[in-house]
Amino acid sequence: MSLADHLPILPVAIPALAAPFALLVMRRRRALAVGIGFAACLAELAVAVLLMERVSGGTILAYALGDWPAPFGIVLVADRLAALMLVLTAVLALIVLTHAVVTRADRKGWHFHALFQFQLMGLNGAFLTGDLFNLFVFFEVLLIASYGLMLHGQGPARLKAGVQYVVVNLVGSALFLIALGMLYALTGTLNMADMGLAVRDVAPEDQGLLRIAALLLASVFALKAAVVPLHLWLPRTYAAATPAVAALFAIMTKVGVYSLIRVVPQVFGEGAGAAAWGPAPWLLPAALVSACVGFAGVFTARSLAEQAAYAIIGSTGTLLIAVAGWSGASLGAGLYYLVHSTLAGAALFLVADVAARRRGSFGDTASPGPAFGGRGTVALLFMAAAIATTGLPPLSGFIGKLLILQSVAALPNWGWAWGVILGTTFIGVIGFARAGSAVFWKTGEDCPAPPAPGTRLDLVAPALALACLAMLSVGAGIATSYADAAAAQVLEPAASAAAVLTEGPR
Amino acid sequence: MSYEFLFASAIGVLVAGGIFLALRARTFQVVMGLTLISYAVNLFLFASGRLVLNRPPIWDKTVSEYTDPLPQALVLTAIVITFGMTAFVVILALRSFLETGSDHVDGDRVPCDAQDGLADGEGAEP
Repeated sequence: MSLADHLPILPVAIPALAAPFALLVMRRRRALAVGIGFAACLAELAVAVLLMERVSGGTILAYALGDWPAPFGIVLVADRLAALMLVLTAVLALIVLTHAVVTRADRKGWHFHALFQFQLMGLNGAFLTGDLFNLFVFFEVLLIASYGLMLHGQGPARLKAGVQYVVVNLVGSALFLIALGMLYALTGTLNMADMGLAVRDVAPEDQGLLRIAALLLASVFALKAAVVPLHLWLPRTYAAATPAVAALFAIMTKVGVYSLIRVVPQVFGEGAGAAAWGPAPWLLPAALVSACVGFAGVFTARSLAEQAAYAIIGSTGTLLIAVAGWSGASLGAGLYYLVHSTLAGAALFLVADVAARRRGSFGDTASPGPAFGGRGTVALLFMAAAIATTGLPPLSGFIGKLLILQSVAALPNWGWAWGVILGTTFIGVIGFARAGSAVFWKTGEDCPAPPAPGTRLDLVAPALALACLAMLSVGAGIATSYADAAAAQVLEPAASAAAVLTEGPR
Repeated sequence: MSYEFLFASAIGVLVAGGIFLALRARTFQVVMGLTLISYAVNLFLFASGRLVLNRPPIWDKTVSEYTDPLPQALVLTAIVITFGMTAFVVILALRSFLETGSDHVDGDRVPCDAQDGLADGEGAEP
């Protein structure tokens, strides 16, 4: 085995090694910890791009941990979808880390860089693993790190929201384990590819149990994705978290969506008896309501961070409208929109932070405040982020929504999908315009201008996120053809099973 | 009564108690509820390899029938994770109570009822 064959383990191994070192040097040499953080993020990006280059032709890399062959050992599976998520994670991590370092958010506690790397380890692992129990373990890794990051900076509001966040996710973990126990009892395997074959042989009297397990598992992923009615934990948590952390959390809901895309076609696809596409009929109504609730929240939010949190719910709903079609075209459009909505959500949180830092005691409340210095530039950034999130041209949100509208037009319930996507876009535009005009246009009476910030460097990270969105729209042709290919690969579980189970099906 | 029936009803009772407690308003009761649910989940995972009596989980020359070793490994992982998480949520709940003066999960400050023995807001100062 050459070194290149070990490529799939590196996205997990690099942060796992970097985190303890960052922890060790943080107290004495903070600059070194920052350096370790950036070096690890850059290395992860390089590895992710290399992986993407290797799998873009359609090969599926299966990496047997400890060289135990699947289905007995745990495998990491790198295909187009996994590589796409890895690259997205690494890009987002670089942007967020830049913002945290520039705004000195990483100095509010000792463990920011270590927790940040553990969070990336959990995310990368969840995107790579081909084993359901291992997926649970990586979910826990990313959740435990996220608890620490969410509480980073402390304060009563964060602690209050933190308790709720932890309790909700503990219940989610318990449900995840129950679903896993049922699936293992029915199929005798935890490897996703192997389980996809084993569900065909489940006895007729156990079909009900299989269906329950499928729906339970889908509910857990829906909880992570913050799909209505399981979304109530998100706005408070994200609005209370340190803005840089909230921007990183923009990808956490996408982990839930990713898991749905990965597990449902592979395990509960055509041959799964009573559980075949079991979660699918529930997904579209939930997605439609999520989009409505999310963008209604954008309209009513009292602060920019809360608005960004609701925008995350709304855009996840829009994304799931595309996923719920389970056709190659709609899933491809969904994947393109997934990349876009993650970066756009992060940009919103970062811009909210930039505005809050300049408005002194007014923070990011959506009410008229002082005429702070550099208002024009921040307003431009906010407008660009809002345009991207709502899906107006010229940024990639427009292309994403257009692709989704086009692809769902061939599906049965397209009227509902069109109505909701277009309606929520309209509400979102009004909501963002209202908040933006209150913050950046109007000036409150008797508001002395707060002292100008010492640095304009904090504009860099949001600008970087928006530049990525611009690149995504310029390179839309390449991006959509890759997303379509990734979607086609996901909907073709037999090829993946053949690559993972080298011994052949049992 | 069969062994399976006893086992299943034990899980059922644990889950019922756990859900009742987890829906209470105060953090301590919620933590107890989550603990009960996690016990139930561990038992459930253990049973997913079927309940087999007096059989070894690893290879032995003298026996021909085994119990499934994988659920035991899964339960071990699940126990470690839930143990750590429970410890974390206890500390978090304590910090939250000391900083906000309220141990209600929804974070509202309500006048304490008589059974607490705490006057309103007495816990606000750490």
